[in-house]
Amino acid sequence: MAKDSKLILDPLTDNNPITIQVLGICSALAITAELEASIVMSISVLFVMGVGNVVISLMRNIIPSKIRIIVQLIVVATLVIIVDQVLKAYAYELSKTLGAFVGLIITNCIIMGRFEAFALGNGPWRSFLDGIGNALGYAVILIIVGFFRELLGSGTLLGIQILGDPVAKTGLYAFGYENNGFMLLSPMALIVVGIIIWIQRSRNRALIED
Amino acid sequence: MEHIELFFKSIFIDNMVFATFLGMCSYLAVSKKVTTAVGLGAAVIFVLAITVPLNWLLDQYILQPGALTWLGAEYADYDLSFLSFIMFIATIATMVQLVEIIVEKFSPSLYNSLGIFLPLIAVNCAILGGSLFMQSREIATLGLATTYGVGSGIGWFLAILAIAAIREKIRYSDVPPPLRGLGITFIITGLMAIGFMSFGGMLTGGDEAEKPKENTAQIETVKDNSTTKEIANNTKVIN
Repeated sequence: MAKDSKLILDPLTDNNPITIQVLGICSALAITAELEASIVMSISVLFVMGVGNVVISLMRNIIPSKIRIIVQLIVVATLVIIVDQVLKAYAYELSKTLGAFVGLIITNCIIMGRFEAFALGNGPWRSFLDGIGNALGYAVILIIVGFFRELLGSGTLLGIQILGDPVAKTGLYAFGYENNGFMLLSPMALIVVGIIIWIQRSRNRALIED
Repeated sequence: MEHIELFFKSIFIDNMVFATFLGMCSYLAVSKKVTTAVGLGAAVIFVLAITVPLNWLLDQYILQPGALTWLGAEYADYDLSFLSFIMFIATIATMVQLVEIIVEKFSPSLYNSLGIFLPLIAVNCAILGGSLFMQSREIATLGLATTYGVGSGIGWFLAILAIAAIREKIRYSDVPPPLRGLGITFIITGLMAIGFMSFGGMLTGGDEAEKPKENTAQIETVKDNSTTKEIANNTKVIN
């Protein structure tokens, strides 16, 4: 039982897929200018990882190892099509914002990485936990980055004005605060993740690379 | 002219690494040495140059709404675009496998030096991203699709070459220990991305009206429009 909980808790901190394993970075950076997009992306990955890991784990004994990559790609692509169609049906505006990045979940290396490293060698229940754990680790970073970028960049969270109204100059804006539009541009996503890595590694010195 | 414009646009302005963050995983993982970076970069150019035009044909003649009209008038209102992910990834996986077989047959030394990176290209988001952006930007002809594929491949190549060169040198500098390795690479990439943003004015001569279209910029402009609309409404009310 303790081993099972480790599967979920490890990826959240010391074995985080983004900051330690260096996987799944593309989508993590591109859609984090808004917190809402980050959350939806996290939920989509959570679904694809959880279900995909179980499916691959169930099929692990019948997949010939030579064509395993294409089998894995087909499984992921099918799940991503489901996510994409659901988003288009129920959250059309959001699916426009995410654009091609929903499709890029297919090539999200976390998913392939976990299939290769875990689901091909473990049973369905443990694979499911591993998938959920890693997707949550991914979600944590996405939400932190999305939080800071939206708050500092447009002064809102989930579209709600937090720092006051920039047009009517209330709240913080009354003291001369300006939105830092630079946070919305792509380079800042990289720098924010860099800073997260910096903080994480100064807190846990065992993770430092040489 | 159109070709030249698209070519430089896909290398510098819409650079895959710096503007849309595609292929970041292999970009970070394989950029420790210049030689391996060059090998992977060349393979990416090659695969992109093949898969983007191929997927363009697929998109044009099978997947788009109404693309099946060449089969007969009764197929005109078929829309298979929901299949594009699975078709694109199948093309890419097949092409990567083919490239692997061809390279192994004709140049075993190159095959050995690329090692496991060749199959990894199949899950490089830059490759799938190339096809998906080709679809969403509605590139008009097969020739332009090829130009787009080659151009974005060269852009990716440039990015990984630059970061590999910097990482080879940075080994001798005094980086704070927690930032060593991954952290500093992220921050350098961010700074390089800021540098590449200045290419935005390259084709328009600094004309503000034609800003490069990327996701974040779009979100921003949408918001700006809504606030200006609100202001406009307010002034109307006052009037």
